[in-house]
Amino acid sequence: MGAIILLSLLGILVLYLGLYNAKSLLLPVSIAGLVGALVFEVLAWNSGAAPIYHGMVLFDNFALAFSILCIVVTALVLLLSQEYFSAISKNVAEYYCLMLFSLTGALMVCAYHNFAMLFVGIEIMSVALYILVGIRKTDFASNEAALKYFLMGAFSTGFLLFGITLLYGATGTFDITGVKNYLVANPTAISPLFYGGILLMMVGLLFKVGAAPFHFWTPDVYDGAPILITTYMSTVVKVASFAGFIKLFSYVFSPLHDFWTPVLLVIIVITLFVGNITALMQTSFKRMLAYSSISHAGYMLFAIIALGANANTSIFTYGVAYSLASVAAFAGLILVKRSHGSDQFVAFDGLAKKNPLLALVITVAMLSLAGIPLTAGFIGKFMLFRTAMADYHIILLVLAVVNAAIGVYYYLRVVVHMYFYPMAEQEEKLAVPMGFQVVLLITLFLTVMIGVYPNYIASLL
Amino acid sequence: MNNLFILLLLPVASALVLAFARSSSTAKWIALVMSFVQLALTIPFLYAFIPDASVQFEQSFEWISSMNICFHVGLDGVSLPLVLLTNGLFPLIILSSFGRDYKHSFYALASFMQAGLLLVFTALDAFTFYVGWEAALIPIYFICALWGDGDRIKVNLKFFIYTFFGSLLMLIAILYLAQQTPNKDFEWASFVALQLDDVDQRWLFWAFFIAFAIKIPIFPFHTWQPDTYTNAPTVGTMLLAGIMLKMGTYGVIRWLIPILPFGAQAYGPVALILCIIGIVYASLIAFKQQNAKRLIAYSSIAHVGLITAGIFAWNQDGLQGSLLQMINHGISVLGLFLVLDIIRSRTNTYVLNDWGGLAARMPKLSVFFVIIMMGAVGLPLTNGFVGEFLLLKSLYSLNIWYAAFAGLTLILGAVYMLRLFQKSMLGPLNTNYAEVKDAAGIEVFVLVIISALIIYLGIFPNGLLRLSEASVTQLIESVKF
Repeated sequence: MGAIILLSLLGILVLYLGLYNAKSLLLPVSIAGLVGALVFEVLAWNSGAAPIYHGMVLFDNFALAFSILCIVVTALVLLLSQEYFSAISKNVAEYYCLMLFSLTGALMVCAYHNFAMLFVGIEIMSVALYILVGIRKTDFASNEAALKYFLMGAFSTGFLLFGITLLYGATGTFDITGVKNYLVANPTAISPLFYGGILLMMVGLLFKVGAAPFHFWTPDVYDGAPILITTYMSTVVKVASFAGFIKLFSYVFSPLHDFWTPVLLVIIVITLFVGNITALMQTSFKRMLAYSSISHAGYMLFAIIALGANANTSIFTYGVAYSLASVAAFAGLILVKRSHGSDQFVAFDGLAKKNPLLALVITVAMLSLAGIPLTAGFIGKFMLFRTAMADYHIILLVLAVVNAAIGVYYYLRVVVHMYFYPMAEQEEKLAVPMGFQVVLLITLFLTVMIGVYPNYIASLL
Repeated sequence: MNNLFILLLLPVASALVLAFARSSSTAKWIALVMSFVQLALTIPFLYAFIPDASVQFEQSFEWISSMNICFHVGLDGVSLPLVLLTNGLFPLIILSSFGRDYKHSFYALASFMQAGLLLVFTALDAFTFYVGWEAALIPIYFICALWGDGDRIKVNLKFFIYTFFGSLLMLIAILYLAQQTPNKDFEWASFVALQLDDVDQRWLFWAFFIAFAIKIPIFPFHTWQPDTYTNAPTVGTMLLAGIMLKMGTYGVIRWLIPILPFGAQAYGPVALILCIIGIVYASLIAFKQQNAKRLIAYSSIAHVGLITAGIFAWNQDGLQGSLLQMINHGISVLGLFLVLDIIRSRTNTYVLNDWGGLAARMPKLSVFFVIIMMGAVGLPLTNGFVGEFLLLKSLYSLNIWYAAFAGLTLILGAVYMLRLFQKSMLGPLNTNYAEVKDAAGIEVFVLVIISALIIYLGIFPNGLLRLSEASVTQLIESVKF
């Protein structure tokens, strides 16, 4: 809880810093605040928590692990942002502040124990993002993305809220344990409202994680938003939404899994194919990552249909691997775009000659996203596949394997451009600022480290 | 010193050192020294190895405790010859790269690949095996795509996706098997101990078989191979054909048949017939090739088809012959690609019709070429003879027609190999090449070693056969069709 309070206050503090024009302090103060929040979360580890504030939030290890992941990834994104935002917007302080508020919402989604908190968390997380997506005020793509995201987001929140209402109508409570107890107590006489509620909540959450067929906003929004915001959205927001999603379905609705598993199975298969096949056809690296993030949502949904304790660990590991790789890939994209002004694959031509380290980091990130052994992405995929195998979803796994093979094609495409195509013209070396170097090395180290020795992360939850 | 971890970690360490090497000439020498050190470290294993059926030098390290995954490695009579092959061929491959232009990153990738290969040949845990299997794929992809020529990007992407898809099918099978074991672990021993029903074994057979068949490659999963071999740099082809494809054949012996005996019983004959079709088909195509490297690529499909057919015959001669022939094929194919590479470096082409009469200018090379070619064709007193004899004998004991068609490999092999020799070395000399130089220096050194090995193994194959005999007997005893 300390982390949520600290981050809310930090957001306000950052806003005041902006007011008094202390721009150079923004980054250090934000990072210091994030470290403080991290300390709060780590100290609460294994404290055997019970729901607090009248059962509103629960900081068990599950919530803490996902919160820590969100905080760390946000810190990485902030480290990348020093010059990035002063270049595209005058209001740098707002940017930091909104990011911190959004993170606060994400932490609430990770830790909710009451549907009201889930809703409030998702709203705090999203409202800040609506502004962030449109922060390039003069850019049409950014404006369009913001509007689209806002409309779609509002729409999906409506679904979620309606679903919560129906559940309340059936059970008379917002508390998730209360709802679960209702299911356990009435295994045969469950109100039809409840089934409707499950479906509506599922739709609302699938919108948030960007699973097909509710994914239509993702490519345009990811493409139109500033790259760093896209990074934040496709990592922190997605991970937090999945934390909320899996808590809801594998804890609260688990007695009814015969009802919702078939629905989710269909959605997973559609998501995998839509994400991968459309990603295949992209010529822009940024759009490719947007579509690939759809397919990763498909893989992560594996954990939700496979109930049990393993599911939490595997979705967490996958989330870590995916976030690290995405941050690295987007960081590389920012640097390339800065020197070429383009986010097409061809902009990466000859990068391996210009900057071997950057090319190496992007390559490892791509291999991790593709799920090649000795990277974190493989461990994540392996654990997810293993949880799905525990329920004998063999057909699903075969389809997933076909998709993984398709995925290799577009992930390797950027590698091919970096290593095998010559540079367009003789250019000077590509400069990598300090913040980027730190982030790239951290992601590289963690990706390989988790890939080689995943023992700790695999037994975390 | 008999610690397998050292053997596995040394190539990784040298890969890391090589990645930071300043210039390509220092990298070259570091790689060479490291590969000889690696070979020297292998010799104690050979001496301490007791040729019985047990698994020796076992090492196990708890890798991912929550999933019961151990980094479990060990050597027995089946894996030791392949470890010897890997570590023995590596110095030769590195030496073959001398005089060609490779950067330090090439040597780093090759060393890393060596670690992956050794992991595959020593792994006794399915997860460990899978990691090694993929870890060997990444470096060879980069080697072939970075230093290859022709349509290298497309060809290698096809190769990568093809093999990766096969591996993922195997991963599903591994996960399924692990799910069946009492402790949900990935140990080879617990996989073998499983009592699976017929239906499970049948689909699992295909999941494993396709992964291995793509890697070997077996007809009709071979379509990536000729292009990849042809467009790869020579050292890349040596790594692929000399060592990497043995991952597939080894996988069949170690994993496929012992774990899924009923599956192998049901579909083994299908696999065997596919192998034999591949033998005849590839030999016929090899005969028509104009590109010398492509010719060897197709001949390689025929040879490994025979090796795999011997494994599926699943008797003493078949397994012993296939193990011996894996070594022989590695040595011969290395020699052949080296000879072609030497000729190419002088003539700048692989097209057969452009060559001719080179024996007049390259007398030394032509002698080595004859020896290596005889080994590849399987003439008596060369290594190929013993292996092919055992393999054909094993097929004959199953069905005379198997042996008859597989035996075509000897005749057709002689035909296309002699054609290759004739087109390159005999006939009138192409006037463009009136001034070409003979093989010299390191090239001769490598060719001498290869020729010596070919003749030595042809006359004294017993040393190798004795290493694997007990393990092979035990394998056949434990799995009876």
